[in-house]
Amino acid sequence: MARGTILIDEDRCKGCELCTTVCPFDLVHIANHFNAKGYRPSTLVDPQGKCTGCTLCARMCPDVAIIVYREGA
Amino acid sequence: MERKAVFANPEALTDDLTHYCPGCTHGIVHRLIAEVIDELEIREITIGIAPVGCAVLAYNYFNLDFAEAAHGRAPAMATGLKRVQPDKVVFTYQGDGDLAAIGTAEIVHAASRGENITAIFINNAIYGMTGGQMAPTTLPGQVTTSTPFGRDVKLAGYPLRVAELIATTSGAAYVVRRMVTKPATIASAKKAIKLAFQAQRAELGFSLVEILSSCPTNWGLSPLEALEWVEESMAAYYPLGDYKVIDEVKSLR
Amino acid sequence: MAKILMKGNEAIAEAAIRAGCEAYFGYPITPQTEILEYMSRQMVELGRTFLQAESELAAINMVYGAACAGSRVMTSTSSQGFSLMQEGISYIVCSEVPAVVINVMRGGPGLGNIQPSQGDYFQMTKGGGHGDYHVIVLAPATLQEAIDLTILAFDLADKYRSVVTIIADGMIGQIMEPVELPEIEPPQRPDQPWALTGAKGRERNIITSLYLGGPNLEEVNLRLQKTLDEIKANEVRYAEHMLEGAEIVVVAYGTAGRIAQTAVKEAREEGIPAGLFRPITMFPFPYARLDEVAKSVEHLLVFELSAGQMLEDVRLATRDRLPIHFYGKMGGVVPSPAEVLTEIEKIASP
Repeated sequence: MARGTILIDEDRCKGCELCTTVCPFDLVHIANHFNAKGYRPSTLVDPQGKCTGCTLCARMCPDVAIIVYREGA
Repeated sequence: MERKAVFANPEALTDDLTHYCPGCTHGIVHRLIAEVIDELEIREITIGIAPVGCAVLAYNYFNLDFAEAAHGRAPAMATGLKRVQPDKVVFTYQGDGDLAAIGTAEIVHAASRGENITAIFINNAIYGMTGGQMAPTTLPGQVTTSTPFGRDVKLAGYPLRVAELIATTSGAAYVVRRMVTKPATIASAKKAIKLAFQAQRAELGFSLVEILSSCPTNWGLSPLEALEWVEESMAAYYPLGDYKVIDEVKSLR
Repeated sequence: MAKILMKGNEAIAEAAIRAGCEAYFGYPITPQTEILEYMSRQMVELGRTFLQAESELAAINMVYGAACAGSRVMTSTSSQGFSLMQEGISYIVCSEVPAVVINVMRGGPGLGNIQPSQGDYFQMTKGGGHGDYHVIVLAPATLQEAIDLTILAFDLADKYRSVVTIIADGMIGQIMEPVELPEIEPPQRPDQPWALTGAKGRERNIITSLYLGGPNLEEVNLRLQKTLDEIKANEVRYAEHMLEGAEIVVVAYGTAGRIAQTAVKEAREEGIPAGLFRPITMFPFPYARLDEVAKSVEHLLVFELSAGQMLEDVRLATRDRLPIHFYGKMGGVVPSPAEVLTEIEKIASP
């Protein structure tokens, strides 16, 4: 399976959580800190490198805050 | 290994962060439209018309020529823009107050004329911008700031089913209802938006994509709860589906 | 150039076509409907844009859309319809795009009647819609003048990127008389880098009348006011008849001006030193010239097919320094020159 990752632009994120429920591996969570706008942004928690770059989280995001990368794609 | 971005901001969107509330699905629909415009390579010939309502500032977010219409008049303005430059792609982006209350005449007649434009209709069952009043699409019993006891249909009448209404017009080529609640429904909504723009490119007539959307702020729900309410309550009153797809549009699929 | 016999509404429509009008959107209402009908044939035959809208609201917003595309565009209506168009006119003015609106006035208020009237003076010259603005208002007294002013209207709309209106009435719209229709070269229009034509090879264009926050909207208003100042400085137009030695000057515009011209001529034949001052631009109103004229006369007689609307501007122009008499007829009643002459005689021999 293609290995991927996501980059969440924390300052675009409004902390709506829509991205957190669609990850097949439950890798996207809400952070414990606040961004510049005062929202708790979502964050990728992927210590084992499970992200495949499937883009589902990004497709849920209303704010285009998530860029998805795939290796060798 | 080289890594490559497989999902990023479409060219047809600006980098501006929207003013929409957290979890508001306007942002998703904006992105879908922009993705479709990129895929069809029509950014340089597309002109959008923004409504009055929460999406009044939509022109800030699309990297396209854009006009801002008077409340409800976007289809008339789009008609003027399109009639004098029929080689351009013209779409309106309208909410339920704009399209289904004050602008009902304009949308019905644009559809009836078979105006070769596309309307993206955001139905979130409430007036968002003015702070949560009853919309023409507010559900029976739904509490808003102007139906504090719930929408009493004996007093306030019934919600309007726009896709069904527009589908009755002879000039409409493509009329569907979608929602944007999860990746699968979002993908379906994007396909519909794409087909609507393709129908316009093929000069097949009027197209309208109604999208059931959420308004977490004015519904008093979390963004995730709001999406559940779309799926359970709104989709029950406003069934998803294809209400009119003429054969020429089917053949574009 | 040979003169031909034409109906007023058709003459206005043909003038617009010759001025290079590329798009027309309208809605039927008496007494202007022949403009729409004429356009429905001619514009289509010329391959230009014609569309009968579902309402005046839609028509003016179609005009707005076509104007945003940089198209030379117009609509026409009568009073009740003009009221409905006020919303769109306010937006068009604020958006700074050019458009021409013809108003062939009829009786009001309410549904009124379909007889000639000048009851829209206030709503046309004083803004009429929401916000701080005025539109240029041109008042023809003859069909020839209606033709010439319609052609001028398109050029002024381009020049000032705003709405220019023709304040006609049912008499102008419905009568027939011989006119000359000028052959016009294709219009030399200013560049329109602002037009919505697709963001190809340039940054995107946005046309909006929304300016939230901070001083933005005030800045836009200041710019609009600056344009109005230029209009006031450059575009004042009026006609004068028999002012030499005049002691009683009738002030009237449009059809009333034409009736008054006959009355003034008859008064002169009776030995009454009467004259006529006829504003052609109702906005910008010829305040300074009227004030000048009033300095050498004894009386002004304001004559309108309304209740004393232009009267207010005459009083502003002259600051009530001399007796200002008023004769107005409302509700579509059009007096004869003899009736106006009687008013002049009353002033001459009280």
